[in-house]
Amino acid sequence: MPDTTLPRDSASLARPDSSGRLRPRYTWLTDRRLAWLFLSPTMILLLLIAIFPLIWSLYLSFTQYSVIQDAATGPRWIGLGNYAQLLSDKDVWNRFTLTASFVVPAVGIELLLGFALALLLNRNFKGRGGLMTLMLIPMMLSPVVVALFWYFMMRADVGILNYFIRDLLHLSERGVFWLTSLKVAMWSVVLVDVWMWTPFMMLISLAGLSAVPKYLYEAADVDRASAWFKFRHITLPIIAPLVLIGVLFRTMDAYKLFDTVYVLTGGGPGRATQVLSVYLYQLAFREFSTGKGSALGYIMLIVIIALANLLIRVLNRLRAEG
Amino acid sequence: MATIAPKPLTQRRSIAGGVLFWLGLTIAFVFFMFPLYWLIVTSLKQRSEVTLLPPTFVPFVDFEPTTINYLAVFTRVSELGTITSDTKPNTELSTFPLHLLNSVVVGGGATILAVILGTLAAYTFSRFKIKGEADLMFFILSTRMLPPIVVLIPIFLMFTYANLRESYLGITLLYITTGLPFVVWMMKGFFDEIPREYEEAAMTDGYSRIEAIWKIVLPEALPAMLATAVFVLITAWNEFVFVQLLNPSRATTVPPFLYAIIGYGQIEWGRMAATSVVFLLPVVIFTFLVRNHLLRGVTFGAVRRKRLEISN
Repeated sequence: MPDTTLPRDSASLARPDSSGRLRPRYTWLTDRRLAWLFLSPTMILLLLIAIFPLIWSLYLSFTQYSVIQDAATGPRWIGLGNYAQLLSDKDVWNRFTLTASFVVPAVGIELLLGFALALLLNRNFKGRGGLMTLMLIPMMLSPVVVALFWYFMMRADVGILNYFIRDLLHLSERGVFWLTSLKVAMWSVVLVDVWMWTPFMMLISLAGLSAVPKYLYEAADVDRASAWFKFRHITLPIIAPLVLIGVLFRTMDAYKLFDTVYVLTGGGPGRATQVLSVYLYQLAFREFSTGKGSALGYIMLIVIIALANLLIRVLNRLRAEG
Repeated sequence: MATIAPKPLTQRRSIAGGVLFWLGLTIAFVFFMFPLYWLIVTSLKQRSEVTLLPPTFVPFVDFEPTTINYLAVFTRVSELGTITSDTKPNTELSTFPLHLLNSVVVGGGATILAVILGTLAAYTFSRFKIKGEADLMFFILSTRMLPPIVVLIPIFLMFTYANLRESYLGITLLYITTGLPFVVWMMKGFFDEIPREYEEAAMTDGYSRIEAIWKIVLPEALPAMLATAVFVLITAWNEFVFVQLLNPSRATTVPPFLYAIIGYGQIEWGRMAATSVVFLLPVVIFTFLVRNHLLRGVTFGAVRRKRLEISN
């Protein structure tokens, strides 16, 4: 409930016309009415466009339904049928492993590379501001454009990456089949994700590093502590919670990654890069298994909530220790 | 390591360290900047130059740059895709300007509304005692954690039944909703930092609450609202999945248009690069403007203690 009692003793704000008391207008807009007025549009929109679809989707996940075939008859209740079918399907489990084989290397490399870059940039040198601003650009760009352009650079025949590898450095005779090799394709997706999101991990590590008070290092130097000791006992405990927030955000985003894969490989070659989101899209909008797709969506949702909870628990423990 | 220098970590400089430092920095710079450089260079190339091996790297030195691709972005220079300098300019507009306009209308409209509505809600959460405030705030945040692909199916069905597909209204409403949680969380954090004495003083002077908000709080909040707006705008500007599915032929923004390019067998890479450059330019400018708010923005306000100064 809105709080209508206000302290009357607060200092008067200097205003040019504050000599005489004004008569307040719009007094019918009490705090309570104002709170309702201000909150309701946001709440209505969220309920209508975020929550209602979610509930509908939950219902659909318990039904046999296809927007194309069952348009006339409507959804048919089959209980846990979709879930049972999905969870007993080896292909679905494979796609969970496939998604993990993208998320873990991508987030891992971004973390290590981003942290290393933050260490490099955590000092003053000429052009630091300009350099950092430039490095921030990739993560703000449209994933469609990024994927499209890497697709161009990764072309096997005339792509610039293969020109470097094959013609300039002679590392490989035929070049790398970035997007058409079953083994390489997923790593190409990782590479593009690393290009886009390492700056984010750099930024968050840098915020952590600049939060470490300098006097701690000075005190450690008086005690002749080694560089490793300083890193392990001063830097790491202070930056760990912040960096973990970064890992949390990146893991959740990488898990639901869609655009980049969809444009870059379309899930191929074969199913080599068909991560969960792409599979769900395929299920719902190519095969039109609407009910089954909804069930997969809910399984994904449960996994991401569990994952986020796990990371948040680690984060809280770190904070409690620090 | 027996140095007694006062700031050893930043000031200890050996030659090897210096070399490593600049080497690392150079490699990183090349890795992150080369694709952007290559995009721009490609957009300046003739059709025959684009896939040339060995490639040409430097305009004016290696090859003669051309503006024909940029012309082709906006006009139908050639219908068949063969662009040469001899091609007579066809001044008829291509479909790109329309898509760009759609992006501006949808993105701009959604941003303005999301920021206004979200700011009002954030003010309410910050200043009034609301029953179950923490739960409501978490509820708002949780709508943002969903993988968008999960709500794609029901949104698609809902928009079909409500006749909101292929319309400006539908996609704008959707982008407002995706932007709202972000605005509420960012602006709540901001309002919590402004002392409430500001408006309370104005109210003891005889302003009503709504007048105090309009005259005192709003001017104070405007810079934060603008920074937040840029993030909402960039998200809407870049969004692909929903608009691709909901608006394939009407009120389509630029990303699906760009994606459609790779559907056609022969891709006109020069034109594609030029289109991308035109499309990315606003984002790059906005990134530059909000660089100091970036960390807070991309972490949804979760990192708020430290404001990182990026500009020197």
